Amino acid sequence: MGLQGKAALVGVADYKNVRKYTGKRKFYLEQWAELTQMALADAGLSKDDIDGICCSSIPESDLFAPATVAEYLGLKVNFAEMVDLGGASSVSMIWRAAAAIELGICEAVVCAAPGIPIPSNPDRGPRDPNRFYGSTSANWGSPQTEFDVPYGNVAQNVGYALIAQRYADAYGYDERALAKIAADQRTNAQGNPKAVFHGQPITIDDVLQSKMVADPLHVLEIVMPCAGGSACIVVSERLARKCKHRPVYVTGCGEHLTTRSVTYAEDMTVSPVGPAAASAFGMAGKKPTDIDVLQAYDCYTITVLLTMEDAGFCAKGEGLSFVNEHSLTFDGTFPVNTHGGQLGAGQAAGMAGGMSQPVEGVRQIMGRADGRQVKDCNTALITGTGGIMSEQSVIILEGA
Amino acid sequence: MKNESDNNALYQRPQPRPTPTSEPFWAGLAAQQVRLQQCDDCAGWVYYPRSHCPHCLSPNLTWQDISGEGTLYSYTVAQQPTAPQFAGEEPQLIGVVELKEGVRLNTVMVNVSPEDLEVGMRVKPVFFQLADTTLLYFEPS
Ligand SMILES: [Zn+2]
Repeated sequence: MGLQGKAALVGVADYKNVRKYTGKRKFYLEQWAELTQMALADAGLSKDDIDGICCSSIPESDLFAPATVAEYLGLKVNFAEMVDLGGASSVSMIWRAAAAIELGICEAVVCAAPGIPIPSNPDRGPRDPNRFYGSTSANWGSPQTEFDVPYGNVAQNVGYALIAQRYADAYGYDERALAKIAADQRTNAQGNPKAVFHGQPITIDDVLQSKMVADPLHVLEIVMPCAGGSACIVVSERLARKCKHRPVYVTGCGEHLTTRSVTYAEDMTVSPVGPAAASAFGMAGKKPTDIDVLQAYDCYTITVLLTMEDAGFCAKGEGLSFVNEHSLTFDGTFPVNTHGGQLGAGQAAGMAGGMSQPVEGVRQIMGRADGRQVKDCNTALITGTGGIMSEQSVIILEGA
Repeated sequence: MKNESDNNALYQRPQPRPTPTSEPFWAGLAAQQVRLQQCDDCAGWVYYPRSHCPHCLSPNLTWQDISGEGTLYSYTVAQQPTAPQFAGEEPQLIGVVELKEGVRLNTVMVNVSPEDLEVGMRVKPVFFQLADTTLLYFEPS
């Protein structure tokens, strides 16, 4: 059971990440149209091939997002999905698309994650003070409204700092090793002209000397929000043979979540990556040593550390020495986030940051990662993380 | 002027809004008593307050008075306000406490300096009055 590896990623598209966006503002619907057109051209397919969509929420319509997108793009689809898994949404879109294709209900699914600012609303009402709470809900009846928000445990920094502090107590803390994750990924970003930090390499000391935001997290261990956006197209084996590039098959997937607030996680230092990765490895018949490149969701350095441990690339509690023993650069002994990751390339708004990892995995396996190409790259493991190590998705990609 | 005072109201410290289910918990804190729900069917402790037991989904939950003692499971010292609503409170000593009953809760640590915080330290409740509600803070015991 599980995916048979008969659906492939065949085209990708992305905007250049920009910290202070001054270009033309575009609605998410407009970005959906543009990114889809770009990804189709990349694959060598046409609009009429598309018969499925996977999206996340769009600001233009609180409900009925897939129908709104399909209508705007003029698509007739047999599969319409909206994924609400935070930063894990993009990876989850891709395996859902692959599953729908293997079921035979559709043949070509576009998955997109826009993240460029929309035009200013002339009728904008008073600004919502709760916008500063990030992913934390302050709605009436939400447990977070009552039991997180009043104590100042809001947004993402606090939760990830709590995880890091608990990890430090359980396994010890080597702040240089965590800083090395950010520095190595920044080195990778130097090969990616679309990264916000292209042209700005950093050292471990730069990270450790940057401002402490929520102890033990320094500002350079936290993603930089930016404008951006990306998309990919997943198709059947039949269509994949017609496309321009080496097809990248989705051969394994997994998903796991248990809590919304990390406060209630069974063990804060053990992420849901474990079960999700075990599912993906089992389905693909692969083991960690088969993976040529890891594209790990990286909202924080600690996220990457827990991902490497819990996915099984090293033992629990040995992640820090693993990082010290390996170079995580594209030409290193254990390449991670070869586009710079979100730490090095920026975290595009909306759910777009999490689409950057699968898009980079596809480019690596297609052999199109100019300036940062991993040699003989055939197999990639991609993760998506939502909330505070809450939602977790994993896919394994393999070149044909 | 009106706009400014509206703005100030918007950025005040957020207060919990008790629901019919959670009201006994907040009423307990107002009376300087920590209460938790316990499941009549599996004996599991429940936090935060719920309609059904998250261990076995039984609807039979009974409020119990507890000591509120526990240990600091993790913490962070936030040097910048975690939201504008908390401006002026930095450094915020945000903690997660594990009660003796095994449940965990979000809190603020008080009567302790940031450098003395330690994972595993024993803590006891402080009933902190914020406007018209009482929050459950903790201090070293
Ligand atoms: Zn029960």
